[in-house]
Amino acid sequence: MFWDQKSETLDRAALERLQFERLQETVRRVAAHVPFYRLKFAELGLKPEDIRSLADLRRLPFTTSADLRANYPTGLLAVPYDATLRLHTSSGTTGKPKALFFSRRDVDNAAELCARSFVMTGITQKDVFQNMMTYGMFTGALVTHYGAEKIGCLVIPAGPGNSERQLMLMQDFRTTFIHLTPSYALYLATFLEKHGVDPRRDLALRKAFVGAEPYTEESRGKIEEGLGLDVYNSYGLSEMNGPGVAFECGQKHGMHLWEDHFLIEIINPQSGEPVQDGEPGELVMTTLTREAMPLLRYRTRDITSIITKPCPCGRTHRRLNRITGRSDDMLIVRGVNIYPQQIERVLMAQSEVGRNYLITLEGLDEMTIMVELAEAGFEGQVEQLVKLQSHLAEKLRTEILIKPQVQLLPPGSLPASEGKAKRVVDNRRL
Amino acid sequence: MNDIKMVAAFAENKPGQVAHFTKILADANINIRWLAVASTGPFGVMKFLVSDPEKACEALKHKGFVVKLVDALAIEVPDKPGGLHAVADCLAGHKINLDNASGFIANNRAILVIEVSNHDLAHAVLQKQGFHVLSQKEVPV
Repeated sequence: MFWDQKSETLDRAALERLQFERLQETVRRVAAHVPFYRLKFAELGLKPEDIRSLADLRRLPFTTSADLRANYPTGLLAVPYDATLRLHTSSGTTGKPKALFFSRRDVDNAAELCARSFVMTGITQKDVFQNMMTYGMFTGALVTHYGAEKIGCLVIPAGPGNSERQLMLMQDFRTTFIHLTPSYALYLATFLEKHGVDPRRDLALRKAFVGAEPYTEESRGKIEEGLGLDVYNSYGLSEMNGPGVAFECGQKHGMHLWEDHFLIEIINPQSGEPVQDGEPGELVMTTLTREAMPLLRYRTRDITSIITKPCPCGRTHRRLNRITGRSDDMLIVRGVNIYPQQIERVLMAQSEVGRNYLITLEGLDEMTIMVELAEAGFEGQVEQLVKLQSHLAEKLRTEILIKPQVQLLPPGSLPASEGKAKRVVDNRRL
Repeated sequence: MNDIKMVAAFAENKPGQVAHFTKILADANINIRWLAVASTGPFGVMKFLVSDPEKACEALKHKGFVVKLVDALAIEVPDKPGGLHAVADCLAGHKINLDNASGFIANNRAILVIEVSNHDLAHAVLQKQGFHVLSQKEVPV
C-alpha cells in the first residue's frame, strides 16, 4: 500500500533530478538567509552556483550538533522568526538543547512522511493509534501524531509510562498500532505478562513502530513475541523533523529513507570521507525541503549502512540498515571499542535472562553487566546461577572481546525505563 | 514417587529480603515449615518447605519473583544419637552426594530435608533401609 505512490516509486533518474533541484534551492536559501552558512561558504570560497551536480554535495560544509548549540536559539533560521509555526528541542544531556523550528510547510511535510511510513506497512484510516512517545518538546510524539491524523486514524495521545492506563486505553478503544521506544516496549511486554494479559487474545494490537533508541533484531523478536504484533523499525532524529525519516515497509528489511526530502551520505566518522557503498559509517543528512531551518550535511552520529539493492515493495528510496550504534555511545574499555548494542544482541538471544540490562563501568575499566534473571534461567540452585553468570560472561566475551562481570538480579530490580532507556553508567576514574 | 516439593526463590542478598517473602506467603495464608537460605555474593536462593507449594509459587510469581519448585526428600529419623548418621551412611554407601541438608523437629519427630544428586535412587535405598520417606501430605505443618 502507498500513501503517495508517485513520490515513493519515482525512478532513480527522476528522483536524482528532483534532489538536485531541491539541493540548489536549499543552498541558495541558506547562503542568502543564514549567517552561519554564509560565513562557512566564505571560508571555503564557495558560491551557491558552484554546486553543479549532486556530486558537488561533498564540497558543502558539515553541520554538527555543536553548531546547532552554538547557534541556539535562532541562529540557523532561514525564515523570519514570525514565519515559524512550531518549536521542538532535541534533548541535550548537557547545557543548552538544540532548538529546531518548523514552518507550516515543514509541519505538513513531516506529517506527510509519517503518513507514508505508516501506510507502507498496511495502516489505514480504520486503524487506532495509541502514541506512547513523549509529547512535549521532543519530536517523537507530535510528528507521528500529525502523520496518523493525516491518514485519518483515531489518535490516542497517551504519551509514555503509566502502564495501567495504557492497558485500559488499549482495551477500551481497541488500539491497533502503537509507537514507542524499544525499552518501553520490552517493559510493557513484561507488564502485560505480569497482569495476565495475553495480547493476542485480549487486545487488538497489530503493529508497533519502534524507534528513538537503537535496538537489536533479538529485541525485535522479544517485543513481537511479548506484545503479539509486528514490529517495524523506525528511524528519525529531531534535527531532521523527528520520526518518519526512514521507516520499514512490509518487508521488514531495512528502512526506506525518503530521499525526495533528504540527501544521504555515509562517511567514515574519523576522516569525513565517504565509505564504499554498503559499508557501515556515520549517516550524514542534508534537508531538501525544509523551509524554516535547512541543514547541510548534518552529522547524525548514527552508525548504519545503505542497502543499495532495490526493495521488492517497489519503492525506489534506498534503505538504511538498522542503526548499530551512535558514534557518541561507543565505549572504549581496555582499549576495545564496544557498542552497547553488541551486548544487547547477546543478552536478548539468551532465554535465561529477561529484557532489562545495565552496563556499569567502575574503577579502572571494570565492566559489570547487570541483567535480570528470567524464569527459564532458574533451576533453584545457587551453584547453577553462578555457572549461568560465567556462561553469559563467556558469551559476551566472544562478541565484545573482553570478559565482563555478569551479575544476575531479580526481575524488576533495574530501573524500569518508560522513556529513553539509560543502558550505561560510567563511573570510571580514568 | 511421593517426594516433596520445595519452593526455591531467587533473591538479592540484602536486608529485608526474607521478610519480603515471608510477608507474601503470610498474606497468601501459607504456612512455612522450614526455610533455608543459600547465598553467594550479591544474590542467593531461598528455599521454603510450605503447606501448599503450588499456591506459594503462584503468590510469589504474581509479585514478580523468579521461583521454581524443586524436588527434595523428607525423611523421618529417630531423634537420638546416630539418627542422622544412619541416613548419611546409607547414602554414602550408594555413592549419592548430599547437595543440601537440613532438619527440624516437629511434634517430637525429627525430620531431615535433603537434596541429593540422584533423587530416585536415594528414595529407593532409604526406603529399603527402613527409613520413612515422607510424602507432601505427611510433612507436619
